[in-house]
Amino acid sequence: MLERAVDLLVIGAGPAGLAAGLAAAESGVGEVLLLDRMEEPGGILPQCIHNGFGLRYFREELTGPEYAIRFVDLLSKFPSVKVKTGTMVLELMKDHRVITASPGEGMVAYQAKAVILAMGCRERPRGAINIPGFRPAGVFTAGTVQRFVNIEGYLPGHRAVILGSGDIGLIMARRLTMEGVVVPAVLEIMPYSSGLTRNVVQCLEDFGIPLLLSHTVVKIIGKHRVEGVMVAPVDQNFTPVNAQAFTIDCDTLVLSVGLIPENELSLMAGVELDPATGGPRVDAGYQTSVSGVFACGNVAHVHDLVDDVSEESRVAGQMAAQFITKGTLVASPLKVQPGRNIRSVVPQRINSAQPTTLYIRVSFPERDVTLRVGESAVREKVVTPGETIRLIVQPEQLKSCQEFLPVSIEVEKHD
Amino acid sequence: MTELTCIICPLGCRIGVKPAAAGMKITGHGCRRGEDYARDEVTNPKRTLTSVVRMGESGQLLPVKTAGQIPKDKIFEAMAELKKIRVEVPVEIGQVIRGNFAGTGVALVATKRVVSN
Repeated sequence: MLERAVDLLVIGAGPAGLAAGLAAAESGVGEVLLLDRMEEPGGILPQCIHNGFGLRYFREELTGPEYAIRFVDLLSKFPSVKVKTGTMVLELMKDHRVITASPGEGMVAYQAKAVILAMGCRERPRGAINIPGFRPAGVFTAGTVQRFVNIEGYLPGHRAVILGSGDIGLIMARRLTMEGVVVPAVLEIMPYSSGLTRNVVQCLEDFGIPLLLSHTVVKIIGKHRVEGVMVAPVDQNFTPVNAQAFTIDCDTLVLSVGLIPENELSLMAGVELDPATGGPRVDAGYQTSVSGVFACGNVAHVHDLVDDVSEESRVAGQMAAQFITKGTLVASPLKVQPGRNIRSVVPQRINSAQPTTLYIRVSFPERDVTLRVGESAVREKVVTPGETIRLIVQPEQLKSCQEFLPVSIEVEKHD
Repeated sequence: MTELTCIICPLGCRIGVKPAAAGMKITGHGCRRGEDYARDEVTNPKRTLTSVVRMGESGQLLPVKTAGQIPKDKIFEAMAELKKIRVEVPVEIGQVIRGNFAGTGVALVATKRVVSN
């Protein structure tokens, strides 16, 4: 097996890997290698042909491919930064040794001084939610449909029911409708949509596509090809009320039922994961529990905006660069303590050496609440699980914190 | 009265628009941007179109977008126009594929760089 040495190895050349690699190169790291299993860099962005990307990061409204190329072009200015596509990482070890395979070079082992995990996430498939029925053709995850329609040039079917009203489900409802596919309904098991309001409006309302909240698919009908889905409303325990089930004719079922950070390599290297995010526990520098291994982007926690991915990945890249030159980083002794209506906070540990951006996700929607972070309080008119709260914490706000930084959503008591 | 949800910020104010003596009465908005959005939505709703076109020999797909917003009711007509287009390599980002696309006065531009087949 070929053996090579690099300074920084970045696993994944999607938006997280690209931003982290760029920040590391800008910070002076020598040999930076980005590896990606797809045929081109950009991660999920090349198939996200819709716009809405970069509103904060570039102050422009870009499509996915345009956003990705900004970073690819910036990276190309650094001769010691290489991006290898069509390369699969098979193993990651605690000591930063990485085993890879690619058609062009076969098996290659790299020894890196630091590693950045930027593998992104996977979609939950039918099996994860166990929808009854045979296994007919015509059941796809929304991202797969997006790949087929926007890159491969195929429609998945002619009549598609979509399960899940998260952003990817909403975006595909619109995309399919524009390409002549009939979308009879989008179903959502929760009593609210987890997607951005602008997507509910521009993807469903614009096209008159019904959104059935508190409904789910209880059976897929069809043996060789999907013929329809049996749909039922759910009660407050999310149990389907079978007595009220009805059938929607369709030849395609599109699943948009959750994203799972892809951390098989992280576990292999002994990285500790946070069950609340599904990703590695990270500190203020995005370093994981394994020294010299950093994580950023969707692999650490699922994001709503790519701008947030780029922002946090830059920090990871800068800190990886510091690790490579200095060997250690400022410790993050303050443990974030999620309280009422907080599903997750990233990073999970911080310090008071510099301002830190916290990415906070609530568990359920509420109106007119107060977000408490340590001593400080911020009024929020609306908080919802589908929209991450981004809050910059200043060192002064942490003065009274000893070991923990409590974060919670409080409902103000009115007289 | 027309009711719509504003998309300008995450608040998603529910806005009502009624014809009134001097034009339009807009209620429920939380800010000026929402008021403007509601007015546009009711008088002349527009959207940016994003889709794909085929490239010449390979049949590879090229993502494209309208350089500005086009009337919402022209979307399906515009989609049909896209089917007639074949683009040749090389293509640069922002390259105009069709000027005054589908009679909207707005250009159709490439959003991906394609160097060769």
